[in-house]
Amino acid sequence: MNFEFSDEQRQLHEAVECYLSEQYGFDRYQSIKRSVTGWDHSIWRGLADLGVLGLTVPAELGGLGFGPLETLAMMGDCGRSLLLEPVLSSAIIATAVLRAFAAESAAGQLLSAMAAGEKIAVLAHFESSARYDSQWVTTRARRSGGTYTLDGHKGVVMHAGAADILLVSARTSGEAADVQGVSLFMVPRAAPGVVLDIYPTVDGQRAADVYLNRVELPVASRLGPEGGVLIAVDAALDIGLAALCADAVGVMQALLDATIDYVRERQQFGQPIGRFQALQHRIADMLIHLEAARSMSYLAALRCTAADVRERRLALSAAKTVVGQAGRFIGQQAVQLHGGMGMTDELKVSHLFKRLTAAQLMFGDSDTHLQRFAALARS
Amino acid sequence: MRLEFTDEEQAFREEVREFLRQKLSADISEKVLNGYELGRDESVQWQRRLHERGWGGMGWPVEFGGPGWNSVQQYIFEEESALAGAPRLIPFGTKMVAPVIMAFGTAVQQQRFLPNISAGAEWWCQGYSEPGAGSDLASLKTRAVRDGQYYVVDGQKTWNTLGQYADWIFCLVRTDSQAKQQSGITFLLIDMKSPGITVRPIVLMDGGHEVNEVWFENVRVPIENRIGEENRGWTYAKFLLGHERTNIAGIGIAKRELARLKGIAAREFQHGRPLLEDPLFAAQIAQVEIDLWALEITNLRVLSAERRSPAAGPEASILKIRGTEIHQSISELLLRAVGPYALPFRREAMEAGWQFDPTREAPGPRYASTLAAAYFNQRKLSIFGGTNEIQKNIISKMIGL
Repeated sequence: MNFEFSDEQRQLHEAVECYLSEQYGFDRYQSIKRSVTGWDHSIWRGLADLGVLGLTVPAELGGLGFGPLETLAMMGDCGRSLLLEPVLSSAIIATAVLRAFAAESAAGQLLSAMAAGEKIAVLAHFESSARYDSQWVTTRARRSGGTYTLDGHKGVVMHAGAADILLVSARTSGEAADVQGVSLFMVPRAAPGVVLDIYPTVDGQRAADVYLNRVELPVASRLGPEGGVLIAVDAALDIGLAALCADAVGVMQALLDATIDYVRERQQFGQPIGRFQALQHRIADMLIHLEAARSMSYLAALRCTAADVRERRLALSAAKTVVGQAGRFIGQQAVQLHGGMGMTDELKVSHLFKRLTAAQLMFGDSDTHLQRFAALARS
Repeated sequence: MRLEFTDEEQAFREEVREFLRQKLSADISEKVLNGYELGRDESVQWQRRLHERGWGGMGWPVEFGGPGWNSVQQYIFEEESALAGAPRLIPFGTKMVAPVIMAFGTAVQQQRFLPNISAGAEWWCQGYSEPGAGSDLASLKTRAVRDGQYYVVDGQKTWNTLGQYADWIFCLVRTDSQAKQQSGITFLLIDMKSPGITVRPIVLMDGGHEVNEVWFENVRVPIENRIGEENRGWTYAKFLLGHERTNIAGIGIAKRELARLKGIAAREFQHGRPLLEDPLFAAQIAQVEIDLWALEITNLRVLSAERRSPAAGPEASILKIRGTEIHQSISELLLRAVGPYALPFRREAMEAGWQFDPTREAPGPRYASTLAAAYFNQRKLSIFGGTNEIQKNIISKMIGL
C-alpha cells in the first residue's frame, strides 16, 4: 500500500505543469478557444516534445511506454490549465484503442505518427440514441469484395474536427445491443461520405456529430478481428474515464484554490468574507469533496487496466460517481462563493465550472454509474 | 503507487487474523456483530487477552511495553478486529492518557500507570467537558487549589464515558483563574475512589447508561499525580487531541456494518422481492458503499504519507467528519431496512440471549431489536471528539481562512 508518486512521475507532472503555466495562461486559453479550430498547433508541438503525446505509446513505436499512473500524474495539470487540445481524445483514448492492435502495421504506424505529434486520431463510437451505452452500435459496415461500406451516425465525438483519422466502430453483424458483431475502422476524416457537424461544447472544447454516408473503405482499414473489438473499445474507454477523473480533480483543485484566494481578499461588512463561518464551512466541505475525488482518481488509475472486468468497473463506477458529485458541488459552490463575479465570462472560475459540468456529462454521469455500481455490487 | 499491502503487511494481517480466530470467543463476537450490549468484564477480558499477546499497548512504542507497531500495522489490527467482531477498545487508557503519560509524565508515573493500562488492570475515563464547557473546552471551571502536597478539586465534569467502571480519571482543572483561559489549566490524574467524587448516570435517548456526570467536592489529589507543569495542561490536552489519527474514521467498523446492512436488506422483503433489489434502496446502499471506499483510500493515503512525515494538516478532521457521517448513514439505513419492526423498543431484546416465545410466530426478525437504539446512539458521533462543525472550523484555519 503506497500512494506516493515515483520520482519519474513527479518529474513528468512538474514538466507538464511548468510548460502549461508558461505557455497556457488564461489569456492563451481564451484566444485558442475563440480560434476557428479551437486548438493550437504550436502547443500540440510542445506537448509532443514534452512526451505527453507519446506518453502511452509503446517505446518501440517511439513513445514513452507509460501507463495510467503517469497519465494520472499529468492529467490534473491539463485540467487545471483548461487545456483544449485533444490530449484525452487522441493521446489517451485513441492511443489505448490502437495499442490493442499495435501488431498491425497500420495501427503501429499511426501510433508512431501520433507520438510525434504528426497525426491526431479520435474514437468515434457512441451514437446519438445510445446515451452512455457502449454496446449500442447501429452504424453498419457491409463488406463486398475488398471494400467495406459504412453508414451511420456517431454523436458528440470529441475533437473529431481536429482528427486526421476517426476510429469508427460499426456493426458487421448482429443487432444494436449485441456484444459481438462490432468492428473497428480507421476512417480518414477527409474520406468521401464523411460529414462532420462541428460545434463547441459547453466548456469551449470542440466536438462533432459524424455522419457516414456510404463511406467506402479498403478491407485493410479494419483494425482487429471482424465483429470482435468491443472489448478493446471498452478497455480504452475505461482508461479514458480514469484520465478524465484525474483531469477533473485538477479542475477542482484550481477552483478551490481560486475560491480560497477570493474569500480572503473580498471585503464586505468591513472584513474579508472568508471570516464568515458559513463560508468557511462551505469551503471545508469543498475540500472534503476534493479529497474524496482525489482518492477515487487514484483508485481509477490503479484499477482501469485490471484484467478482472467486474473489479475494474466497480472501481471506475465508484470513481466516476464520486468525481461527478464532487465536481458538481465544488463547481457550483465556487461560483456561489465568488458571487456575481463567479457568473462572469471574465473570470476563470466560470470556465473551470463549465469544464466540470462537461466532465459530469461524459462517460456516464453520477447517477448512471451509481446504478451500474449497485448492479455490479449485487452480482 | 499501489493499492495492495506489502507482503510483510499481509503477513501481519494473517497474524492478527490467527490471533482473533484463537482468542476471540464466539459469545463476545456474536454480541458485537449483532449490536448487543457489552459489559465491563467483556471489555476488560479482551484487553487482557491482548496484553497476554504483547498487544495491550496497541499504539505504544516498545520502550513502554507496546508492540512498536507503525500506523499501518495499527490500522490493519483495528480493521481486522472490527471485521471479526472484537470489542472496540475503550480508548481512554491506551489511546488517550497513555500517550500523554509517555510524552509528559515522570518515570514514576510511567511505571505506576502504563503497565496497568496495558494489562487492563485499571480502567480510565476522561474528565474534560463541563456543563458550561463543551466545544469551548478552555472555558472549563472545575477548580484545583494547592494545599501543601495536594490539590483540592471542586467542580463538575460531564459526558464522562463509562466512568461508572473507572478506577482513574484524567482531568483538566483550572489552577489559575487570573491567567488567560488556556494558560491556567492543569492536567491531573485522579483516583476515582477518592472521597468527594460522585458519579451520576445520564441516560441517553437509546435508553443506555454510557455517560455520566462526575462531581468533585473537596477531592484531595497528591501533586505527584499532576502531569507536567502546573498551568500547562492545555498543551498536553492538545497533544492528546492530535494524537489519535490512524483509526479516527473507523473504516473497519463501517465495513462490517455495511456488510450487515446488505445481509439484512437481502433478507427483508418488499413486494415479494428482497429490499436489496429495490432500486431506490439499492442506490442508497451503493452511495454509502462508494463513499466508504473513497474514505478508505483517503485514510490509506494519510497512512502512506505518514511514512515520510507525520500529517499536520486537516487530514484528521476530514477523516473524522466523513467517518462519522458514513457511520450515521449506515445506522440510518439499517433502521429503515427493517421497516415497522424497527418500532418495537424492548431493552431486554437488546441483549444477547433474549428469546422469542417459541410457541408463537416471531415478532419480527431478531436482528431488528437493536437497530433503533443503535441509530439513536450513533447520533453522538458527529457531536463528540470535537463536533463536526468544530472540525470544519479547524479545516478552515488549516487552509488559511
